[in-house]
Amino acid sequence: MGLTDIQIYKQNRCQVIYNSRMPKKSSVVIGKLVRRIARLRGGGSALPGLVVEKIDKGFISDCLNRLPLGVAVVSGTNGKTTTTKIVVELLESQGLKVFTNRTGSNFMRGVIAALIESVDLNGRLDADIAVLELDEAHAVKFVQAVAPRYCLLLNVMRDQLDRFGEIDHTARLLADVVDATTGTVVVNREDRRLTALKADSKIIYFGLSAGLIGEFPEDDELLDQNTEKQPSGLPADVILSQIHGDTAEFIIDGRKASAPLSLKGSYNIFNSAAALALVRQILPDAETDSLICGLADIQSAFGRGESFVVNGQSLELFLVKNPSGFQLALNSFGSDGHDVMIAINDNYADGRDMSWLWNVDFSGLRSVQMVSGIRGADMALRLKYDEVPVDNPVEPDLAAAAQKFYGLSDRPKRIFATYTAMLDIRKALKGRSIL
Amino acid sequence: MTRELTILHLYPREMNLYGDHGNVLTLKRRCEWRGIKANIEAYEPGDKFPCEADLIFGGGGQDSGQSVIEDDLQKNAQALRSLVDGGTPTLVICGLYQLFGRFFKTHEGEIIPGIGILDIETIAGDKRLIGNIVCESSEFGEIVGYENHSGQTFLDKGVEPLAKVVRGAGNNGKDGTEGTRYKNTIGSYFHGPVLPKNPRLADFLIGKALDAKYGFGELEPLDDTFENMAHRSSAEQPR
Repeated sequence: MGLTDIQIYKQNRCQVIYNSRMPKKSSVVIGKLVRRIARLRGGGSALPGLVVEKIDKGFISDCLNRLPLGVAVVSGTNGKTTTTKIVVELLESQGLKVFTNRTGSNFMRGVIAALIESVDLNGRLDADIAVLELDEAHAVKFVQAVAPRYCLLLNVMRDQLDRFGEIDHTARLLADVVDATTGTVVVNREDRRLTALKADSKIIYFGLSAGLIGEFPEDDELLDQNTEKQPSGLPADVILSQIHGDTAEFIIDGRKASAPLSLKGSYNIFNSAAALALVRQILPDAETDSLICGLADIQSAFGRGESFVVNGQSLELFLVKNPSGFQLALNSFGSDGHDVMIAINDNYADGRDMSWLWNVDFSGLRSVQMVSGIRGADMALRLKYDEVPVDNPVEPDLAAAAQKFYGLSDRPKRIFATYTAMLDIRKALKGRSIL
Repeated sequence: MTRELTILHLYPREMNLYGDHGNVLTLKRRCEWRGIKANIEAYEPGDKFPCEADLIFGGGGQDSGQSVIEDDLQKNAQALRSLVDGGTPTLVICGLYQLFGRFFKTHEGEIIPGIGILDIETIAGDKRLIGNIVCESSEFGEIVGYENHSGQTFLDKGVEPLAKVVRGAGNNGKDGTEGTRYKNTIGSYFHGPVLPKNPRLADFLIGKALDAKYGFGELEPLDDTFENMAHRSSAEQPR
């Protein structure tokens, strides 16, 4: 039996010749010091990143260019956090040491902060590969500093137009990421804006079967979900072919493989197809069965359909950031048998512009029990025009709303919330020892 | 007799970037809640242009979307002009607001001709004007919403703006005007969409349409508690 890539790689790990330079020791020491002080003061995790970014422009490339398997960037509008988590855990299940920006702070400063935490005092990062989640704007900045060996592009949807201006502009940002990639680009073949991108490097696709594609409306189709859609004809390395209850079936390199998954929601499961396609590029000899086994145990990421059981009552949390993500969450997890709360903030991290709520079709909800957040009034108004009843008065205060919602009934509950609203709700429920 | 209105939605596929669909939905519901049937007619490039429309709506798009519809819009310039000049209530937002004017001049100096129904000109600006906006109109009172545009629109002398800017940029960030009023037509940069939180604008358009068709435009009042709450909450948001 021949050695697999991983085995050969592991044998050679100690002999890898490092030809790039080490990070400056002073930057490492200062960064770690700032981190310690910031933590003592109970401060934010981004501060050490900010300081080191200022004093040492080369820090990020010095750290990451030394990794034997290079860097993989995961970008796109929806599913970055979940997909990155799946990629990392699949690689770890194959025995690799992976560096990632686990906190979901998907911008340069967050990556630097995570690096400072992980490197030893000599600036050495004990990892085989870095898998980084970066939003489109930060991915462009990142690839100017570090050329990734792999990039995985999930989708381009309406998101934060107050920041990005237009969807086409977002696609152009990703074109730069593709250009900078030295190895393989892994792309969702069902996203027309992505397949239109030209690449000099090798391109590999993942996709959906004809039976499932209707469940994944593109942005322009959210309000008209009856349009007949066909999968793209591009050849795909990994296809998500069927979902039956908890079991997903994939076609990998033309062969069927299925597994029961802990991940819920068709869009989360499609993310696992994206992750499989990337991991198969990083580790071409990894056995399909063992990857599929690894997939079975992976849990949802923060606020991506995380579920909790408290006093026998189930609570599921869904982070909603843009119309397509909200729509997919509603299509998979509606109001049937559940009490529903929706919390909308408009802080910078949420997006300041509320127009996106009008690109989501809420008419599938039977009723909503609680509406909250800085823009709770906007949400209640949106529901009114889809003729979805809101059972209780709008409570803008998130902690009060979460508390009230939890005490409404003993039915299972679902909360849909924007990013900063989600943070406040978790804090409130934790404070009450509910989470 | 059941009254009914035909609402013509111009280019919903290409010109629906910032929730413009919400404007049409608002018109439809506010008709239905009063027992008025509302038929939404979507018009896309190449379709046969309907001669009959009681109310017209057109939204904003991306640059790529605008280039798809430009030629088609020119073909229908005459038909649209006679509807607007004949008093058909019309709301145009952002991209179609600009194209209802004389021209849009790009950064490169290229002139994209509009259909010249409104006596306005738009010039590409250096920075995008983005954020919450509050305006005051003598006709409609306070109008609140969100703007996101790089084009700067200038009104000819004597052309009436929709409102005065209280907080935000408006037409061009310079002269304190927002939007344009002409006959029963409203042009505006408010997206987000504008009608749900400013139901007076919606009812103005519906009332004018009913008046033209049935000679009676009086509308029974609706319970606007949620509308007013969202309006107030919007007015209080920082830029």
